Amino acid sequence: MIAHSVFFYIFSLIAIVSAVMVTVSKNTVHSVFFLILDFISISCLFIMIGAEFLGMIMLIVYVGAVAVLFLFVVMMLNVAEQKGQWFSSRWDGGTHIPVGLLVSLIIFFELIIVIGGWKYKPDLLNSLSINISTEVTNTRSIGNVLYTDYILLFQISGMILLVAMIGAIVLTYRERAGVKRQSYFKQISRERDEGVDLVEAKRNKGVKIDA
Amino acid sequence: MDSYFSIFFTEVYKILFLLIPVLISVAMIVWLDRRVWAFVQKRRGPNVVGPFGLFQSLADALKYIFKEIIIPASSNKLVFVLAPVVTMTLALISWAVIPFDEDFVLADINVGILYLFAVSSLGVYGIIMGGWASNSKYPFLGAIRSAAQMVSYEVSIGVIIINVLLCVGSLNLSDIVMAQQNLWFVIPLFPMFVIFFISALAETNRPPFDLPEAEAELVAGYQTEYSGMMYAMFWLGEYANILLMCAMGAVLFLGGWLSPIDIFPFNAIPGPFWLIFKILFLFILFALVKATVPRYRYDQLMKLGWKIFLPFSLFYVVLTSSFLLYFDLLLGK
Repeated sequence: MIAHSVFFYIFSLIAIVSAVMVTVSKNTVHSVFFLILDFISISCLFIMIGAEFLGMIMLIVYVGAVAVLFLFVVMMLNVAEQKGQWFSSRWDGGTHIPVGLLVSLIIFFELIIVIGGWKYKPDLLNSLSINISTEVTNTRSIGNVLYTDYILLFQISGMILLVAMIGAIVLTYRERAGVKRQSYFKQISRERDEGVDLVEAKRNKGVKIDA
Repeated sequence: MDSYFSIFFTEVYKILFLLIPVLISVAMIVWLDRRVWAFVQKRRGPNVVGPFGLFQSLADALKYIFKEIIIPASSNKLVFVLAPVVTMTLALISWAVIPFDEDFVLADINVGILYLFAVSSLGVYGIIMGGWASNSKYPFLGAIRSAAQMVSYEVSIGVIIINVLLCVGSLNLSDIVMAQQNLWFVIPLFPMFVIFFISALAETNRPPFDLPEAEAELVAGYQTEYSGMMYAMFWLGEYANILLMCAMGAVLFLGGWLSPIDIFPFNAIPGPFWLIFKILFLFILFALVKATVPRYRYDQLMKLGWKIFLPFSLFYVVLTSSFLLYFDLLLGK
């Protein structure tokens, strides 16, 4: 168990430090790299408590896809090094601090409610109608719950994601004029007669093209 | 405390026993790639160093080691140095879950196939870090291209993996191989095998999808600013990834360590040899594609990934699952 707790503290330390570094580091691309490190250490924590499916999905979805898109956007926008952060010596008047404080207060109270629920109402966990058996792999037990008891929520979240995806496409799609498109079908179905025209050329007269 | 140390040393020994053959075979596979390529184009290929030029890769490696490593002055130095390390490490750690025989696997984890998929999807970071940290136009363009390409083709690889998993009912790679005892998945899922093969070409930036390093437009893509050993690490990582994709194809579709027919002269050959034969077969196919097919245009590449492979493999998921459901063949209930 010693090794287990040592690794637990190492991963948690990396997770917390990199989460702080996401907000602190001056280079936005570095922030995204720290975010990736954070995701990876959290998925390591998931694996350590035996939730290997969640840990791997976390790696695939967040690190393999979402963070790549973050990097894309940040690199493309080429955000210059952020100036006048509130922890640095230069002070920009602090207009964004009240909003940030409000958001973090709300999150803090939400966390207190959730953790307080665990702490002071221990039967909260038992009142759930899920039987978690330790014999089956957790991929299977997630599937057993997700596709039976919670199928409605699962489908609704799928629909929300689909709507969001279509919405993003509709918002960003622009029909631009003068874009040449290739149609394989048109190319292949061209007959010889359409492409080649045999002309009887007269001597010393030449051929008039574009008639 | 003693037991911790003994566990540590046995694990290190096992890891070395896996990684050193992988590294040597990566070096040999580079030679094989160049020989096949030359054979198709009626050239000789590397044939000078050692018998049949077998030591060419070692000579190349020696050259890379003694070359100077140049780090551009305007680069982001830490990320620049980390990028090849990330590529190489990710290419090597995924070998941990490949089963070479029954009970002959370094880490027999429950979610083996997800692990492989996760690690191969992380592979894009080496490229994107290298391209960005070089702080120069060609590497950056190469990295952006490569990231878009790898993310697109990962999607279709993921859907193909779902097809295989439906037939197996487990995420464990050994279970996937054992499920193919009677019938290799290449037969019922042949279209998926073809799409997997092409997506693997795109995922490893091999020709005809080697747009990230299209030499005519981008010099060498994300590797432009790299030199010496750091370039060699990118290169080794790339080939280790190619071998890994071949191994993945062999495990998912060609029955891993199983022999083609379960009768005497075939099943006397030990399992790891069968797996190696299958990996080599797939790799020679990779090399033949490289030698014969011209490079795709970028919009064609994207069109192939999103508009053809993704819908088709999704359709095949529906087909496979309805077939299995109708004939009541779903496993792992």
